[in-house]
Amino acid sequence: MDVRTPHFKDNARGAMADASLQEALTHIRRGFIDKRARAVDALPEFEALRDSSKAIKDHTLAHLDLYLEAFIERAEAAGSVVHIAETAADARDTIIGICREAGAKRITKGKSMISEEIDLNTHLAEAGFVPVETDLGEYIVQLRNETPSHIIAPAVHVTRDRIEQDFREKHRGLDPDRDLSDPKELLAEARTMLRGEYLAADVGLTGANFLIAETGSSVIVTNEGNGDLTQTLAPVHIVLASLDKLVPTLEDASQILRLLGRSATGQDMTVYTTFSTGPRRADDPDGPAACHVVILDNGRSSMLGTDYQDMLRCIRCGACMNHCPVYHEIGGHAYGWVYPGPMGAVLTPALVGVDQGGHLPNASTLCGRCEEVCPMKIPLPGMMRSWRRDEFERHLSPATVRWGLGVWAFFARRPRLYQAATRLAMRILGNLGARRGHLRRLPLAGGWTAERDLPAPAGATFQEQWAERERRR
Amino acid sequence: MSEPRPRVGLFVTCLVDLFRPTVGFAAVKLLEAAGCTVEVPADQTCCGQPAYNSGDNRDARAIAEGVITAFQDHDYVVAPSGSCAGMLKHHYPALFADDPAWEERARAFAAKVHELVSFLTDVRGLTEVESSFAGAVTYHDSCSGLRELGVRQQPRALLRSIDGVKLEEMDNRDACCGFGGTFCVKYPDISSAIVGRKSAAIKATGADTLLAGDLGCLLNMAGKLSREGATIDVRHVAEVLADMHDAAPAIGKPESGSR
Amino acid sequence: MSAREAVLKRIRMSLKVTDDENRKRTVAARLTEPPRGVIPARSQVDHDKRIALFVAMAEKAAATTERLASTDAIPQAVARYLRDRNLPAAIRHGDDPILSALTWDGTQLRVGHGAAADSDTAALSRATVGIAETGSLVLLSGRDNPTTLNFMPEAHIVVLRASDIVGDLETAWGRLRHIAGRGRLPRNVNLITGPSRSGDIQQTMLMGAHGPRDLHILVVG
Repeated sequence: MDVRTPHFKDNARGAMADASLQEALTHIRRGFIDKRARAVDALPEFEALRDSSKAIKDHTLAHLDLYLEAFIERAEAAGSVVHIAETAADARDTIIGICREAGAKRITKGKSMISEEIDLNTHLAEAGFVPVETDLGEYIVQLRNETPSHIIAPAVHVTRDRIEQDFREKHRGLDPDRDLSDPKELLAEARTMLRGEYLAADVGLTGANFLIAETGSSVIVTNEGNGDLTQTLAPVHIVLASLDKLVPTLEDASQILRLLGRSATGQDMTVYTTFSTGPRRADDPDGPAACHVVILDNGRSSMLGTDYQDMLRCIRCGACMNHCPVYHEIGGHAYGWVYPGPMGAVLTPALVGVDQGGHLPNASTLCGRCEEVCPMKIPLPGMMRSWRRDEFERHLSPATVRWGLGVWAFFARRPRLYQAATRLAMRILGNLGARRGHLRRLPLAGGWTAERDLPAPAGATFQEQWAERERRR
Repeated sequence: MSEPRPRVGLFVTCLVDLFRPTVGFAAVKLLEAAGCTVEVPADQTCCGQPAYNSGDNRDARAIAEGVITAFQDHDYVVAPSGSCAGMLKHHYPALFADDPAWEERARAFAAKVHELVSFLTDVRGLTEVESSFAGAVTYHDSCSGLRELGVRQQPRALLRSIDGVKLEEMDNRDACCGFGGTFCVKYPDISSAIVGRKSAAIKATGADTLLAGDLGCLLNMAGKLSREGATIDVRHVAEVLADMHDAAPAIGKPESGSR
Repeated sequence: MSAREAVLKRIRMSLKVTDDENRKRTVAARLTEPPRGVIPARSQVDHDKRIALFVAMAEKAAATTERLASTDAIPQAVARYLRDRNLPAAIRHGDDPILSALTWDGTQLRVGHGAAADSDTAALSRATVGIAETGSLVLLSGRDNPTTLNFMPEAHIVVLRASDIVGDLETAWGRLRHIAGRGRLPRNVNLITGPSRSGDIQQTMLMGAHGPRDLHILVVG
């Protein structure tokens, strides 16, 4: 997937002017927040679970090599074939190789952000396969030839009207007179279309919310059941997961599961939590005959031991973006790559480079709401600051910013000069704005005054007035 | 028998110094009323956030050294801003992670730092104030104060102690106003969209005054409300608590009569 | 160097560690004696309260429940359920001993066996464990309860013995280790909490996405 993050400002402007997107985003601005708050308030142990889950992931990351080895050993003992992929291209080649070997044509897919990260669908199609997304949101996005705009609600940017329009255009044989105005009818139509796909699939690919070292299992969490039909009905099951999904034991996964549903959708437990271990056993009447687990690194192992290691605790619940004032205004596509919102603002520079992803950690008010709701207590604003520091130290920040900052810092470090300079500046500004009490336009602050006024300063600074008062005393 | 009056150094904050000196005087009045001796070191400019939040840790650190030195003799350092107090309290020590001697100084300094309103209630035990202010107010929780320092109930408790005040909470009250320091300069249109949503929530309360504890947020919200033609008054909460709401016109408004 | 070796080497380099015995012992200890972590207090109650909690949580997740005195009552309960829902008089189940022992003579239901077919409208399974904390069912794949029965039909009816209801997920894992052996699991362990749904259209939950529209739990005993 092309990285469009360098065009972030234009992307964001376009998003804010897109009436249909803005209408769709109204659903995220409130619903997710209220549902999460209710679920969290109802569980007195939520904070204790945050601490215990953070500790589990920190422990796992500190022993990641050993848990990876343990996972591989147990998964292979259960009959899975484990593939380690260092890069996105390696993962794609591995998957395409498995599909070729299976003589596959149609590939059903459960929801997987790693599949988006490696741009799998494009490459599968180029190699002659037919990938079919089965998560309703992903399916809608695929019909529209788009990418997900949210990590758990891929089609959050699409209104109901648009979905109906897409179904009418793309679903051959759909009766033009059929009333689809009720969202339930849209769901029924998608269910019918996709049921045929599950049964026809040669390979079923899913992501994973966890890889469990103790048992060699992968875990998926869905509300629809699409992941289960995908991985149970196709003769070959491929699990695609990144390195950071590892946890030691079933108990460890259980701790984190208590946070996942509540943080994501406000559910105590998502409907289907499925632990899959190896292919079908000798006397199983159903399930895949073969199971492959593809584990992707793609830069993650290099994040260990750095300021960005904590990001590898992320469980992809989406709470950070659901609570992000910037995401609320611009939606997910404006971020320009796979991962939007605060988690994307930290992860994107790590995976594509801060030279390409640098806008994202800057485009934040650092309000801290993301860290407050993050079930894994990831210090997202702190890591955004770290990216800004890295950018600054590598001289990647814009020259105008560096120059402005340099001039300001020169004065800020010298209180007497600073006070002389500001006294003068405030007097001028104060005079300019004295009549109205605010300024409607100001050179060099055009961004601010385009859509808001700048309250005028009083004229004399506090330090000036204070000194005067002290003199009179 | 009276306890010795603690010596408080007022960290004015650059925005109060430049844009709204009244807040500084209100802070002094409140601190003195709470039994403190207040001093204002002249060797202060800014907390350094513009540099720190832009990744320029070298300049941020140089500024931090100046601030720590300027306040080394005070019992407390109090700022009429959750954002600046949060910087002094939580981020200064991190700036000196590679310099044990300075880190130690930064930690000792950080322990003395408080945001104004929470200092009055939590440290000085203030439970009520005398103010002639009257009207319906809504209070915006500024992000740093709320999340870094736990300032939430304290200003509300003091406001409720004023007879004439009616507190009307806004929808989504803990959502950011979109100011974000350098953010509003680097991404002004996103910032403006966020504050637009905030101004709608403010107007929906029907309150005639908006209060908050951070001047950055207040300038942002006042600027938006002013551009939208809203008549609502915007003030720093200290002005109302100190009964100094007559000392200056509301933020962004002209001296009375000259509109 | 294989990709596996390269990644392991890079992890150790980044963490500045080696695969020394101390670290190995730490990991082996956790894998053999998993710490239980934080268990919500609300699930730590006596048998009767546990059943009541299970029922309440399952219903909160939009499942329906019914209490039966014994397994003998299952066939009539299934027939009644299908009739009330206007579903075809047909059911399919696996080789689970409890389900295999049922006599369906009095019900006029068509009873199929084995994995689900696309044409099936209702399936009957037995849950190995129920988890009171969240109202979740634990179903194990295999001949006894084929996985496709959990997902393909429109209605899924699940038998759960009251004595198989545990408080929390951790206790359920203890039971499964007892059944399957430490470090081993069947191909699928399905934790099911309510019927299928999707929130992908305008972020409003709609029931009956790809899996069953209805989940009915028969708590027996």
